[in-house]
Amino acid sequence: MPEVPAGCATPSPGPIISEDEQPEPTQTQVKKEVPMVQARVGKPAPDFELTAFIGEGFKNVRLSDYKGKWIVVCFYPGDFTFV
Amino acid sequence: MGVEVLAISTNSHFAHKIWQEVELSKMVEGGVPYPLLSDAGGRVGEVYGVYDENSGVDIRGRFIIDPDFVIRASEILTAEVGRNVSELIRQVQAFQHVVKTGEVTPSGWRPGKKTLKPGPALAGKVWKEWKPEEAFE
Repeated sequence: MPEVPAGCATPSPGPIISEDEQPEPTQTQVKKEVPMVQARVGKPAPDFELTAFIGEGFKNVRLSDYKGKWIVVCFYPGDFTFV
Repeated sequence: MGVEVLAISTNSHFAHKIWQEVELSKMVEGGVPYPLLSDAGGRVGEVYGVYDENSGVDIRGRFIIDPDFVIRASEILTAEVGRNVSELIRQVQAFQHVVKTGEVTPSGWRPGKKTLKPGPALAGKVWKEWKPEEAFE
């Protein structure tokens, strides 16, 4: 993945949802929609692409770049918190 | 073990950089060796069932994904309690063993401990092969 320009509030792609998983047009008008894909044990991992701090710089990281390896994804509540 | 780790929070990648510089690098020499991803808005956290709308953050969720891109295990905690990294490592070792050998790992298995070979001969005979006490050894 190329270096990300260090602009303010640069959006990253987020969850990557394939064409056939996209909600129907009528559903897009619902303001708060449940995501179409949900992570479940025993099922394929939902793909995503996010901006990361890695090494010395900022890069977009896509989960599927690591396909073929064992991966551990850890969510945590926040930088500078306590545990 | 050959595992890639990705850490994700709703903080910006800028905050991640400063956290690495001013705090993490004082706990781990050179800073943590894995990427810190920014899930601003919690959209990915929502897909993974860890985004908490009230606090606006991704809570403590952990997922083991195998080389075929299938989620093998997950654990989700609220913010106050930290993970057990030894248990995470044990689970990865167990899943790697299972994929490699086709054996199954009883409760409390660690590398070197007894595994079981599933099949008709073992059905109903596990009590002969494995004792509950072994889970705590």
